[in-house]
Amino acid sequence: MTRQTRLTEPAVVATAATLGLGALAGLAAYALLQPASAPGRAAAGLLGRPPEPPRPGDDAPGRTKGSTFGGFAVTGRSVTIGKPRQEVWAFLRDLSNLASFMEAVESVQAEGEGHRWRLKGGTEVTTRLVNEHEGEQVAWRSTEDSPVETEGKVMLHDAPAGRGTVVEAVLAWKPVAGAAGRLLGKLTQKDPLIQARRDLKRLKMLLEAGEIATNVNRREQRNEPAATHDLTPAEAT
Amino acid sequence: MRALTYHGKQKVQVDTHPDPEIVNPRDAIIEVTSTAICGSDLHLFNGVIPGVLKGDILGHEFMGIVVEVGPKSTLQKGQRVVVPFTISCGACFHCRNQEFSHCDNSNPADKQDVSEALYGHSMAGLFGYSHLTGGYPGGQAEYVRVPFSDVGPIVVPDHLTDEQVLFLSDILPTGWMAADQATVERGDTVAVWGAGPVGLFAAQSARVMGAEQVIVIDHHPNRLRLARQLGCKVIDRSQTNVLEALMEMTGGQGPDAVIDAVGMESHGLENFNAFDAVKQKVGVGADRIGAMREAILAVRKGGRVSIPGAYGGFSDKFPTGALMEKGLTVRTGQTHVQRYYRDLLRRIEEGEIDTTFLISHTLPLEDAPKGYDNFRNNQDEWTKVVLKPKMEKAHA
Repeated sequence: MTRQTRLTEPAVVATAATLGLGALAGLAAYALLQPASAPGRAAAGLLGRPPEPPRPGDDAPGRTKGSTFGGFAVTGRSVTIGKPRQEVWAFLRDLSNLASFMEAVESVQAEGEGHRWRLKGGTEVTTRLVNEHEGEQVAWRSTEDSPVETEGKVMLHDAPAGRGTVVEAVLAWKPVAGAAGRLLGKLTQKDPLIQARRDLKRLKMLLEAGEIATNVNRREQRNEPAATHDLTPAEAT
Repeated sequence: MRALTYHGKQKVQVDTHPDPEIVNPRDAIIEVTSTAICGSDLHLFNGVIPGVLKGDILGHEFMGIVVEVGPKSTLQKGQRVVVPFTISCGACFHCRNQEFSHCDNSNPADKQDVSEALYGHSMAGLFGYSHLTGGYPGGQAEYVRVPFSDVGPIVVPDHLTDEQVLFLSDILPTGWMAADQATVERGDTVAVWGAGPVGLFAAQSARVMGAEQVIVIDHHPNRLRLARQLGCKVIDRSQTNVLEALMEMTGGQGPDAVIDAVGMESHGLENFNAFDAVKQKVGVGADRIGAMREAILAVRKGGRVSIPGAYGGFSDKFPTGALMEKGLTVRTGQTHVQRYYRDLLRRIEEGEIDTTFLISHTLPLEDAPKGYDNFRNNQDEWTKVVLKPKMEKAHA
């Protein structure tokens, strides 16, 4: 049997601390010099490397690259729901159902040609439908007298191999207080990107499981929408 | 109700909480008759799993009597049930593929952000675990609200005792799935790291599945004795070079499959584990992966690595070279309890599997902190602690 040198705790801590600091320094240098990252490009410029030639486009949705187009912040999220497209459409087409899973929305009511959205916190937004294709897409845009400039659309298509329906929600809005407002939204988790992601998850819960998951033990503690949905039999998919 | 409550690193106490009520239509309320302390509860207790908050009710191995049902529950009041630790909707893509611990719909939407940042995806809700897995109040309590009660709880026959069926909630299916994911073939040697409850059940399962030889590695004499009782060979790592022994016990081949039933708080200073321990102390979400490194080096070329042990963060010095060069298959995950529990209940009823040998101590719920302390600090003797809410507190 070989006898190992005994490792004492101070020695181990000292070694690990040294290795750890070394690794951090290495990581920082790597991040700075990596050509793909923006600071890396800046550093490469400073170091006299030629700038990169423009790259050909790829197939990722534009909203995954930048989040601002012409003064509008744009965000979008997709979710796959294990239900037939007609069933998902029937639920979403009635915009008043949106309040049952959207965190920021108190209610949506049909009003004349469009809808009145009452948001939590009291803001009201009026929208009109701009583009509707039965079973595929519904889109809305804020009217001129709405205090918030926003547009949104929900698109549906069949998921492959009978896996249900892909729901894609895209939202565009003029941030109320510009970039600072956007940052504040992120910090307080009121950012539409965070909300959209959670909203779609709740929509999926509602349509697949018939209820929205919560960890609370008592009804009065509930902090997410308490909606329920009558499920169609499982063989529907 | 009374419930075991987390109050910070290595601080738990039994507190009074409001009784749970039906919140969602598919809910049921279970009055707990027996609940156990799990090895992964010790990871929570030690503060190495992220997202455990002060005031959380712990416990995810529990069973009891149905006392209240929501309008969409399929249970009836008075039924005796064991509840899986994984909360699963039964309807999403993963549930329909029998991957119940990957359920998309059981982790509340606002709890998913952190695990998406940490793991790329969020996991199913689990009882009494972390807020990354939903922050659901746990089973070391008098009552539990059980969501999706039409999918999770399994009704057990009256002639079986709590002790015979309680471990269907987690560790028995976890051990079974570990062996299942090691795909035991005729003539195989399976090596299991860790003779804790999951390791012992994995070893037992590998034997039931027909492994030629099962070798259990640990350093606690009593736990190794239990492994021997199950018909396994044992290696005491405190007196033996594990890698060398495994080669010599497999004709120079190495085990065909290895199971890491240790997880993120591996003991010892070998296999770079000392470095991991330091980082874990600093609290950077580091996993101690000594057992996993050793298992990956030990397994034969083209072998299978099954990991039921719990990990929660990141690691380095992971042997990527051995993994790739030896062409290994790695399978892991939280347990898909509902995939296995019916078959396992049948095996218990038929006497093929007995799990009661594991229980070393039964305590009243009120003494749960004592159970945590001993399960952590006196591992050799305290192999499994069962808590009973209705049991009289011992006069100490």
